[in-house]
Amino acid sequence: MDTPILEMRNITKEFPGVKALSNVSFSVAQGEIHCLVGENGAGKSTLMKVLSGVWPYGTYTGDIFFNGELQSFKHIADSERAGIAVIYQELALIPELSVYENIFIGHEIGNGFTVDWNETIKRANEMLARVRLDVNPATKIRDLGVGKQQLIEIAKALSRNVKLLILDEPTAALNEDDSENLLNLLREQKAQGVTCIMISHKLREVLAIADTVTVLRDGQTVCTLDAHKGEVTEQVMIKHMVGREIDNIYPPRVGHQPSEDVVFEVRNWRAYDPALGRTVLKDMNFKIRKGEIVAFAGLMGSGRTELALSLFGNPTHYQISGEVYVQGKPVAFGHPREAIKSGVAYLTEDRKGNGLILIQDVKQNISLANLEELAHRGIVDANAEIKVANEYRASLNIKTPTVAQKVGNLSGGNQQKVCLGKWLFVKPNILILDEPTRGIDVGAKYEIYTIMNQLVQQGMSIIMISSELPEVLGMSDRIYVVSEGRITGEVPTAEATQEIIMQMATN
Amino acid sequence: MFIKDLQRILKQNIREYGMYIALFVIMIIFTIATDGIFISSRNISNLLNQTGYIAVLAVGMTLVIVIRHIDLSVGFLAGFLGAIAAIALAFWKLPMVVVIPLVLVLGALAGLFTAFPVAQLKIPAFVASLAGWLIYRGALLLVTASTGTIIIANDTFNAIGNGFIPDIPGVEGFLPGVHKLTLLLGLAAIVLFVISQLNDRKKKQSYNFETLPMNVFILKLVFIALVLAAITWVLAGYNGLSWTVVVVLIVVAVYHFITTQTVLGRHIYAVGGNPEAAELSGINVKKITYVVFASMGLLSALSGILFASRLQSATVTAGTLFEMDAIAAAYIGGVSAAGGVGNVMGSLIGSLVTMSLTSGMNLMNIDIAYQYVVRGAVLLGAVIFDVATRNRGK
Ligand SMILES: Nc1ncnc2c1ncn2[C@@H]1O[C@H](COP(=O)(O)OP(=O)(O)OP(=O)(O)O)[C@@H](O)[C@H]1O
Ligand SMILES: [Mg+2]
Repeated sequence: MDTPILEMRNITKEFPGVKALSNVSFSVAQGEIHCLVGENGAGKSTLMKVLSGVWPYGTYTGDIFFNGELQSFKHIADSERAGIAVIYQELALIPELSVYENIFIGHEIGNGFTVDWNETIKRANEMLARVRLDVNPATKIRDLGVGKQQLIEIAKALSRNVKLLILDEPTAALNEDDSENLLNLLREQKAQGVTCIMISHKLREVLAIADTVTVLRDGQTVCTLDAHKGEVTEQVMIKHMVGREIDNIYPPRVGHQPSEDVVFEVRNWRAYDPALGRTVLKDMNFKIRKGEIVAFAGLMGSGRTELALSLFGNPTHYQISGEVYVQGKPVAFGHPREAIKSGVAYLTEDRKGNGLILIQDVKQNISLANLEELAHRGIVDANAEIKVANEYRASLNIKTPTVAQKVGNLSGGNQQKVCLGKWLFVKPNILILDEPTRGIDVGAKYEIYTIMNQLVQQGMSIIMISSELPEVLGMSDRIYVVSEGRITGEVPTAEATQEIIMQMATN
Repeated sequence: MFIKDLQRILKQNIREYGMYIALFVIMIIFTIATDGIFISSRNISNLLNQTGYIAVLAVGMTLVIVIRHIDLSVGFLAGFLGAIAAIALAFWKLPMVVVIPLVLVLGALAGLFTAFPVAQLKIPAFVASLAGWLIYRGALLLVTASTGTIIIANDTFNAIGNGFIPDIPGVEGFLPGVHKLTLLLGLAAIVLFVISQLNDRKKKQSYNFETLPMNVFILKLVFIALVLAAITWVLAGYNGLSWTVVVVLIVVAVYHFITTQTVLGRHIYAVGGNPEAAELSGINVKKITYVVFASMGLLSALSGILFASRLQSATVTAGTLFEMDAIAAAYIGGVSAAGGVGNVMGSLIGSLVTMSLTSGMNLMNIDIAYQYVVRGAVLLGAVIFDVATRNRGK
């Protein structure tokens, strides 16, 4: 367990205006599970991109030793050949292809000219068994949930005889069961001699699985902690990550009670998805009061995102029926624009896919949904836009050199804050947050929670869709539990426990 | 220090400056190869007039490509509408002030017609506009079937493609043989350019945004001012500014303004950058699609008018391959097929590059067969260059 399989020495990587890594040293012992933690923008993903050749040799300074040899990867293919596989948070599977085609893509089994499909399927079955996934290898990827897709990514990596498996926030999009599954799988791989680096913001998982933890802060290694010596606790990690102690992950809301006025009400809401040919939402009824945070708990895929979208102008074009009341008045939104006009905003769970315009800069993304306010007779006031963007940059603590930085260059957590900034700028009365803290570090989570508290204190109502039960219990006033497109329960948070919610979510 | 700065800036912005450099190099090569005929006032004036009908198409095409579509129908649409203009003038004896707006409106309607299957039924624009290509080609053949080439006898109309702006009256004695108004306009353009650049720089600095180092900035100003001055001088030495150039400059200015300063422009680029995110942000993607295709149709009509006026007639083959020239110009000018990237200034330069190649090679009497090969190679080179430099500094 002691010889390092990987040693990165004095790695420095700069981007225009940002020093993402400065003199980082990082060492991973053979056969361990090594977790990499740190705030958003600390440089975790960048360090792994340097290692895997996404940022080729020569674009950074410092040395990488892998398997005892000095390496100069110019391309991802080079690091793959050396036995390093990276699974990024954005899954790289091809939705229209089958499981077995995806597992062996780029490494097809055959004589170099034709593919031996029988052998491929046989080997795919072996790999699926290894990751304990019970699916037909002919299934198309798009028919599988994220949890299963994640496992297939791992199967794909394992099929290439990896020695070092790197997972960048693998459980961010997984529910508790799937996450637990994945962690178990990593333990098994470890027993078979695969070394593993995992980046995660979920400290409980880190606690459960890590042999060693390295903390990065502002592009520097803060410390390396050994779990077997009892050095790893949540408090210690948090302290090193943010540089100060946070004793309460969920900031208390002082002296605020939601009022009795109902601002948003949905009755007999049904939605039918013509593309899938099935009913996705069935007879949903709920109410949201002014100044209230209402959580929609449930398993991944239970229909909460579909509910939010169908209410938010129905951009997915479901056939919907039922009634919606905003401030007591019946409404029917035909387009997200109309929902926004009525004071409803929806922060997506998929910020890269449909939340942000990655090739545009911070200010353009923040102003996007409310450009009219910054314009006179259709002409955008560029100064006002910069001013607004800087305000949100300050109040949300977005880490970026300037608001003219491309959003694609920001770290995940800061991208999320930009998304949030966009929706706060439309000044909604009802804010729907879909997995608002996915992929976000503890410090930023705390900030976002604090902002949510401020918003409800100012009279906004928040619908929070979350698959993380501690967050649901820590932040909401009331909880609806959704399962298979139905509301299966409602509890005031004061009376709720994880067990009660899980039971409602799975019945 | 200065050289180092310059090298760094050039390297970082090579993608943006690349096409200007390419245009410059092409012009120098042809000037040498033709013993200076290429750069003569007469040739440059002709070159700009020929660029006109491609440049307006390229401007519209830029926006179409920015929102991740394509429009193949524009060439024959231009040809067809040019023929309609000719018929209206020659046979229906309608006055020009009626014909031009009529044709422009028809163009915009044709654009909406192409947009309908794209926006409403999600049919790929390639297919929808290919259908338009066939339809307008057929329509052009139909309307010219009985008459063949239609001669336009309206001098005012023909001046759009062949005439020049008048000079200031009463100053014939001063600088004879030089077009004074053109000089004056050129001078005004330089002054305006310098002032706007200075303002922009000041504003950027006040927000701590990245700006060029002072010396490189001055170099850039001087360089562009010199280029503008040279163009002005060359044009003033012939007949001055042509009406075509005036029309193109207005179109480019209007589109530049729309794309950079208005809500509409921002929405177009947002749709190009990420249509799903744009839709969820309350932008009506369908509406933007209609608007962009309508603008393309309108500019096709304008292109048809410029071309018919230049030839003083409508021909059976008018508009052939215009769409390809426009698409090539847009790509040379730096638009990205991935959407959300590209600007109308670039496409103007791209049109100049394509037209300089044609004009230069014609002057050199190069066989048309080789001309196509060279133009293809340049297009390929430009796109490869664009892709290769895209990830710089990322
Ligand atoms: N391509 C890029 N261009 C410019 N800056 C970048 C680029 N990629 C990353 N950065 C910057 O480098 C820093 C480190 O980013 P990185 O993505 O490594 O953070 P991270 O630790 O993975 O954060 P997160 O937990 O949010 O994913 C950030 O400040 C980010 O803005
Ligand atoms: Mg990251």
